[in-house]
Amino acid sequence: MTRHVDTVKDAETTPETDQPYADLGLKSDEYQLIREHLDRRPTSSELAMYSVMWSEHCSYKSSKVHLRQFGEKVPAEAKDILLVGMGENAGVVDVGNDLAVTFKIESHNHPSYVEPYQGAATGIGGIVRDILTMGARPVAVMDPLRFGPADAPETHRVLPGIVAGIGGYGNCLGLPNIGGEVVFDPTYIGNPLVNALCVGVVPHDRIQLSAATGPGNHVVLFGAKTGGDGIGGVSVLASESFDDGDGSGGPNKRPSVQVGDPFAEKVLIEACQELFEQQLVVGIQDLGGAGISCATSEMASNGDSGMHVWLDRVPLRDSTLAPEEILMSESQERMCAVVAPAKLDAFMAVCRKWDVEAVVIGEVNDSGRLTIEWHGDQIVDVPPKTVAHDGPVYERPYARPIWQDALQADAPTKLSRPSSGDELRETLLSLLGSPNLASKSWVTDQYDRYVLGNTVLAQPEDSGIVRINEDGLGIAISTDGNGRYGKLDPYAGAQLALAEAYRNVATTGAKPLAVTNCLNFGSPEDSDVMWQFAETTRGLADACLQLGVPVTGGNVSFYNQTGETAILPTPVIGVLGVIDDVARRTPMAWDADGDSIWLLGETADEFGGSEWAHLRGHLGGLPPKVDLDRERLIAEIAVAASRDGLLTAAHDVSVGGLGVSLAEMALRSGKGARIFLPDGLDPFVALFAESAGRIVFVVPRSEEFRFTDMCTARGVPAARIGVVDSELGGLEVQGHFIVPIDEMRTTSEATFPALFD
Amino acid sequence: MSARIGVVTFPGSLDDQDAARAVRIAGAQAVSLWHGDADLKGVDAVVLPGGFSYGDYLRCGAIARFAPVMQNVIDAARGGLPVLGICNGFQVLCESHLLPGALIRNDVRKFVCRDQLLRVETANTAWTSDFADGQEILIPLKNGEGGFVADQRTLDQLEGEGRVVFRYLHDNPNGSYRDIAGITNDRGNVVGLMPHPEHAVETLTGPSLDGLGFFSSVISQLVDA
Repeated sequence: MTRHVDTVKDAETTPETDQPYADLGLKSDEYQLIREHLDRRPTSSELAMYSVMWSEHCSYKSSKVHLRQFGEKVPAEAKDILLVGMGENAGVVDVGNDLAVTFKIESHNHPSYVEPYQGAATGIGGIVRDILTMGARPVAVMDPLRFGPADAPETHRVLPGIVAGIGGYGNCLGLPNIGGEVVFDPTYIGNPLVNALCVGVVPHDRIQLSAATGPGNHVVLFGAKTGGDGIGGVSVLASESFDDGDGSGGPNKRPSVQVGDPFAEKVLIEACQELFEQQLVVGIQDLGGAGISCATSEMASNGDSGMHVWLDRVPLRDSTLAPEEILMSESQERMCAVVAPAKLDAFMAVCRKWDVEAVVIGEVNDSGRLTIEWHGDQIVDVPPKTVAHDGPVYERPYARPIWQDALQADAPTKLSRPSSGDELRETLLSLLGSPNLASKSWVTDQYDRYVLGNTVLAQPEDSGIVRINEDGLGIAISTDGNGRYGKLDPYAGAQLALAEAYRNVATTGAKPLAVTNCLNFGSPEDSDVMWQFAETTRGLADACLQLGVPVTGGNVSFYNQTGETAILPTPVIGVLGVIDDVARRTPMAWDADGDSIWLLGETADEFGGSEWAHLRGHLGGLPPKVDLDRERLIAEIAVAASRDGLLTAAHDVSVGGLGVSLAEMALRSGKGARIFLPDGLDPFVALFAESAGRIVFVVPRSEEFRFTDMCTARGVPAARIGVVDSELGGLEVQGHFIVPIDEMRTTSEATFPALFD
Repeated sequence: MSARIGVVTFPGSLDDQDAARAVRIAGAQAVSLWHGDADLKGVDAVVLPGGFSYGDYLRCGAIARFAPVMQNVIDAARGGLPVLGICNGFQVLCESHLLPGALIRNDVRKFVCRDQLLRVETANTAWTSDFADGQEILIPLKNGEGGFVADQRTLDQLEGEGRVVFRYLHDNPNGSYRDIAGITNDRGNVVGLMPHPEHAVETLTGPSLDGLGFFSSVISQLVDA
């Protein structure tokens, strides 16, 4: 190694050296701030660390001022259930029986656009490690996805690879994929969204935190070797500090997308479980974005301690890597732990058992500094908090877009509406066959939903439910987010997304407890987008407070924008619920002939942002009205009626309206039903309006009195709208039309294979 | 005393805990066997579970076949020990030459997870004796490399000797020759199949209880023996 490395001593003696901070994405005032923190110029390694840690992705510098609301508008329920709140790798929620659940959703949008398979695969890998880091055993994943138009060549470039990547990685980890979404809209064409959710279970006494404490404790890097993947822009530093000679050499050509090895992650999961069981770690952190820079600075910062790292001890896949690159590398399947000297041998033995490479790369001290050396030279000497937490915070300007009023005024009232029985029937079939509502089994059949043997409900059910102990305790999760509603009114759109996920969890019989979110937006430097973001966070925080479900963590993805065109403002909201006995979960398929079909809630003429309008190329007007008190009451009914054994099935009413919900229930069950629409309501509105706060319940005749009493007591309108009748062989909307189940099934199931096979 | 059925865990095994649960639900004792230990702990039967042993990077099952525990499994199987290979376990049995043929990438070029209808072609094995010949069963299938292939002579021999144990009904999910989902050796003690009986042992988590028959079959024979 003859390359010259920029040392702390060099930085002190050559203050005037030009540094490529702009190429690393730092603004000149940000660079000046680094110089102030250090009282000298940064070394190239320090510059690399600050540039990545102060990036939008790691520092939340544009979103922080808005995200604070989640910590300020905290529902009273939070103190009873939150064991670990926002700020750690994932929030931890008490679910009773000395068990806790940790869950989080994250985006991997940009990598998945560049390299669909690996981008999506490592999205799963990253979120699973976040959950693992909390001390938990990961038990399930979910993946909400957004794409451009279903028939666009660009969609065909990315969708198959993204689905295969999620399956390839998740299936090999042995984690059931229990739900998600696949939604198409033209605004996502250059910015597909790949969000990944993972949930894990941890006994209370095994919860881990990512703090480096205890001077003299070892810092151990374990898992995969460090390679040149995911370095991206930092390569510029490597080429600054040394010359490749031929000018075309390695570092400049490093790929920016990481490559995943799910087998390495699987053994890492198992090794970590044994480490946690034997209580061999003091603190632990996964390596994701910003790699070793992030892990060391955050752990030292969280522990209010200091840390010294011998960077040349890091096992490398590529021996030509420069120290700046090692610090930045986003190689997957790596973890960093703080281990007491007395437990190091036992720690290493567990790693050996699972063939996981582990190396002591540093030591905790009480210096209050993060110092890193490279073959005897000091290349980093920084206060860790300045890297991890004291990055710039921006109050980006925002303003209600000038087009917002015109958009809201353009209600879909001018579109001609179906009225005859045949027209209504055709409308139902066109919705069932539309890419957004068609059967997603082409996607979900590529995911293992059975592994671990605890999956009680999985897609297309309203929420995924997994059993988490032998007594039948279970958790339910749903993710939702309608970008079209968000575009029409981002405040309401966020609340509707939360309400739908909350309702879905309750529909399956689980009590909603806590919230995670992935906020996908365009550029924060665009004041229209920033207004959408501000309204979304305000709406979500207000709604979480009102529904009594705290936000436990989440992720922001900005810059989902191609030129001037931003994606629809897309908050994807995940709600976690708990069910004391999974045997009483409510499925969506009705079963027994003669059971009554009830609709709870009210239906209004609401088509703004609806799927029906979308199929006619229209987006305008206002989204459905939000009534969170109503949401809370129907959720209470769903949970109480399940607990009292009053229900045989239930399904939420949302995109596509009541007609689509009933069709989905019939398809899931294979049995038909006779439906009578209420008098005085336009059948088109009754069938296809997307009014929120509605659930379809199926109740045996013998339980109807108790059920209606439950609704009356809460003042929730309930209407008996039909009866299960398998002899019909289809869905009959009395007085209007009948559509056979086979025809609905063919329509629903043909769409994806026709598009993507 | 209840039967003791070993479940092998290789690094990358995924359905090992599920197989152990199925063994317990069927009324036997599940015994964990570690890939690195050349010790079968005196078990009465062995299950090689599903998953991606060693990442399946070279070829599915090709590395697992050389695990220390496998030499004992191979020797014991040749001596008549009941062995069930599920999915990746079936691949390991083929790589170990305990069963003929090989499993290649699904003809649809995708991972397939679905509830699969099978016909039990023979009840004359250690793992199917509680079924009736010709019985139809529904159990989950989930794999990316489940296409069973062999040369014509081997296929004819398997058919002729009644060693095709399961066949896919209706829609062949992966291009397996002659719709073969599972086979056995000439003694009938070693059975391999791609679908997952351990995921059809509880009404809450599976599409049926048809998977229990695999485990009850072997348990009743061990008790009778």
